[in-house]
Amino acid sequence: MKIVACIKYSLTLSELKVDPATRELRLATTPQRVGTIDRNVLEAAVVLKPEGSTVHGLTLAPAGAREAFREAIAMGLDDLTIVDSTNWAAGGPMATAAVLAAAIQKMGDVDLVVCGEASDDGVTYQVPPRLAERLGWPLLAYARNIALAGATLTADRDLDIGMQSVACDLPLVLTVTQETNTPRRPTLMDAVKAKKKPVVVWQPEADLGLSAEALQAAGGVTRIAQEGIVIARKEQLFQGDDMKALANQLLDALLAEHVVAE
Amino acid sequence: MEKFDAIVVGAGPAGATAAYLLAKAGMQVIVIERGETPGSKNVSGALLFSQVYSEIFPKFWESAPLERAIVGHAITFLGEQTSVNLDYRDLDEGHVPHNAYSVLRARFDPWMAQQAEDAGAMLMPGFTVDKLLQENGRVVGIEAGGDALMADVVVVAEGTRSGLLKEAGLRTDEYHASDVSIGVKDVIALPEDVITNRFQCLNADEGVAYTCVGHTGGVEGGGFLYTNKDTLSVGVVAKIDAVYKSKLQPHAILNEFKAHPFISRLIAGGEIVEYSAQAIHRGGVHLIGQLYGDGYVVVGSAARLLLNNVMTLRGMDVAVASAAAAAKAILAAREMGDYSHTALAGYEQNFKATNVYKDMVTFKDTYPLLENERLFHVYPELAGAVLGDMFTVGAKPSKKGLKALRDDMRGKVSLWQMLMDMNQIGKGLVR
Ligand SMILES: Cc1cc2nc3c(=O)[nH]c(=O)nc-3n(C[C@H](O)[C@H](O)[C@H](O)COP(=O)(O)OP(=O)(O)OC[C@H]3O[C@@H](n4cnc5c(N)ncnc54)[C@H](O)[C@@H]3O)c2cc1C
Repeated sequence: MKIVACIKYSLTLSELKVDPATRELRLATTPQRVGTIDRNVLEAAVVLKPEGSTVHGLTLAPAGAREAFREAIAMGLDDLTIVDSTNWAAGGPMATAAVLAAAIQKMGDVDLVVCGEASDDGVTYQVPPRLAERLGWPLLAYARNIALAGATLTADRDLDIGMQSVACDLPLVLTVTQETNTPRRPTLMDAVKAKKKPVVVWQPEADLGLSAEALQAAGGVTRIAQEGIVIARKEQLFQGDDMKALANQLLDALLAEHVVAE
Repeated sequence: MEKFDAIVVGAGPAGATAAYLLAKAGMQVIVIERGETPGSKNVSGALLFSQVYSEIFPKFWESAPLERAIVGHAITFLGEQTSVNLDYRDLDEGHVPHNAYSVLRARFDPWMAQQAEDAGAMLMPGFTVDKLLQENGRVVGIEAGGDALMADVVVVAEGTRSGLLKEAGLRTDEYHASDVSIGVKDVIALPEDVITNRFQCLNADEGVAYTCVGHTGGVEGGGFLYTNKDTLSVGVVAKIDAVYKSKLQPHAILNEFKAHPFISRLIAGGEIVEYSAQAIHRGGVHLIGQLYGDGYVVVGSAARLLLNNVMTLRGMDVAVASAAAAAKAILAAREMGDYSHTALAGYEQNFKATNVYKDMVTFKDTYPLLENERLFHVYPELAGAVLGDMFTVGAKPSKKGLKALRDDMRGKVSLWQMLMDMNQIGKGLVR
């Protein structure tokens, strides 16, 4: 069996700062690393792996970041494929799903793809369903208590309304949450062995046949304009010295606006 | 079980140099580093003196992440409200490499480790070596997080705190609290051009280094201020027993230093972006620790190798020199297929042949100076007072230098005492 773990080189949110002058997020200087949810992905993939199977890491990331995946590999990957995003113009979950789908198809004979429910930094929740759609496979999202028996996977889906127990035949796309498992910390020996594991770099165009135009098209959405959100304040001011009267005025106003109920 | 030719513990300047040289000579080397990246656990200033580095890493200045070339060194005596500054500038812009460069270790150490990796060493950051493994009194490997790794030789390069040898019962040379200092440092951000202008540099590649004596919370120690590209490294190194006696927090000593009007105007407008504290050996030839044993060598500050002659604090280049001397001995041991202490004894001979060691011997008499309280509490004040008297045109008649000195000494230090101290300073630094 062949399992693919999709992991993301994400912004370290705890290090994200706002430029005091422009009020923009300082994205360019925020350090990146393999995300926290991605460790749950790796753990799930490695734990599920039946005897004689292989687990392959897949990521869309700048090839220069390969060192950042050392620990991910040490968690138990057999190899890692980086689709190089160095010259990556098309952004967004649709394009990402297109790239991942093409890479999974090129890998061939994949039975199971494991993703995080949402990435640390993008948090769109879109890549796994779009990937499943492109592969034409079922999506089993928010999985806990995952078990594999032959070619059937069973899991509890962690939904807002409760748990839903499901069984599904492979191939499929699985998503996990931070509650799914506790990721392992690789040992020194794991890390030493990981050094010898292959890291393959694919170029979107040369290796997957995805030209910049194709990705643009796959991206689907074109941003035309972005307008800020304007909040119209009522700016009602209650002034005076009689605190009690002021409180009553405030209460009346809140009642009138249905902010509080009688 | 995995076996390597050499295991290096710690990827500081010493460990990275040893790994680089051993890997370059074809040995299978693994470097284990506690920090998530090399340098992430490091506190040092830091000024990197070029000479030794350029011998091991030719033209390092072309690719290493350096901050500014140090074109000016100043030694500054801080009295309560005075400063006396001896400012040396090398104004010949042309020559490369410069005597020293400022570096930020979080950026520089990864570069050194990269040289080792490029030479074929395997770098393992994020793992702490818990103990040395021994067989029949011989070091045969290490243990980290329950995993054992074996090697022909272990290079102990874990820096000042070095507890592995002691834990293994191999440390025969104990030291005292009075042999240790504490270094505290702030990194203060300022715009690049502000630094360039404030320190009278030609451009953003030039920088200066101040060594300061006095105004360190009444504690024997020294202050420093180095210019980086867009930050300043400002710190204090103080004797740990004196700090303890003063009941001051190390950072309070640094704050007092930074509050001195001479320093406060150099750092004005800056924002503290990093604070750190670390123990540091006082250094000196008399304190050099054990350097080798059966199956292991000790390099850099793990062997308490440091040179502090008041004017300069040298740890990094000393570490590099010791690691190079050790690597040479290890390669000779490999030829013989024998890594016993007799085979590794060449390390000590190699090290003693270096200029670094010779400098340590030259400045051996500087260390008593660092114990002399008057150097820190009396003379900086006195220097300011005397020069103040001489420059000031006041209501009272002016005095010549010697008369001013006599008057200002009164009640602070006797003539006899001062002559003795001058002799000590002379012995330590001049003759
Ligand atoms: C405040 C201060 C200012 C200084 N300024 C200067 C200066 O301006 N110029 C100068 O030349 N020197 C300076 N020094 C001295 C200099 O920092 C040291 O002498 C130098 O770093 C020694 O190098 P090293 O490789 O021996 O040890 P270190 O640089 O300390 O490196 C040791 C490495 O080993 C790692 N390690 C430790 N234990 C373990 C373990 N058990 N397992 C795995 N890894 C481990 C550490 O994380 C570290 O990376 C200064 C020191 C201080 C404290």
